[in-house]
Amino acid sequence: MTGTSTAVTTSIIVDAPLDAAFSVFTDDIGSWWPPEHHIIQAPLASMVFEPKVGGHVYDVGTDGSECRWARVLAYEPPNRVVFSWDISLQWQVETDPSKASEVEVRFVPEGGRRTRVELEHRHLDRHGDGWEGIRDAVRSGGGWGMGLQRFARRAEGAPVAGA
Amino acid sequence: MIANPHALDALGDPTRRAIFEQIGERPSAVVDLAARLPVSRPAVSQHLKVLKDAGLVRDVQLGTRRIYSLDPDGIAGLHDYLDRFWNTALHSFKTRVERQDQQEETP
Repeated sequence: MTGTSTAVTTSIIVDAPLDAAFSVFTDDIGSWWPPEHHIIQAPLASMVFEPKVGGHVYDVGTDGSECRWARVLAYEPPNRVVFSWDISLQWQVETDPSKASEVEVRFVPEGGRRTRVELEHRHLDRHGDGWEGIRDAVRSGGGWGMGLQRFARRAEGAPVAGA
Repeated sequence: MIANPHALDALGDPTRRAIFEQIGERPSAVVDLAARLPVSRPAVSQHLKVLKDAGLVRDVQLGTRRIYSLDPDGIAGLHDYLDRFWNTALHSFKTRVERQDQQEETP
């Protein structure tokens, strides 16, 4: 059941116009991004989505540190944005772009003031080498700690919102 | 995040979770785990059996030692994890964008 699909797709309809949906998703990403899903070491101060191709999405720590975990690959307001997912299976920033997956988000008017947000996280197989190297990663002791903390939290039975 | 529902049950126990985390830091034999945790060897063995049955750890015989390591096949596929993550994230996004939109509509 680990599956062979190399993409995750999901969508949601929001009661808000296209421009607002795009703006909140990008400019205001820190307002909705699940707070436990950050790989920055320091406590999180804010998130930044740079509104241009070649920009980054990054976390800013309270100590001023930055964690750049995505590159903006397409920026077409208010319809579409694509960014890389530069996070390895060991929950570290992936510095090799060939091992990064990517996320495409499309904003589609649904009539009235409603917008459909379609999300595809694809090329997950690019992270695949991580599975082969997993024992090395485990042996080195890096990375897994944070993944396991999240894992434990889920395991403790916290219901997953929206699941 | 976890492909196997037994995995969640297996990790519901704090001692078992501690063992699992120790193995996550480095593959270990029973004797190593018993030395690092306030748990007897037989108890460690019993917990390892549960973890192994749940598909979370696997073992390999190395000489006289049986070494336990995490089983990457049992630990969720990235696919499952991200599937859950994005559903959670988009619902959070929806809540936020609709609240903001209402505020802007209010004169």
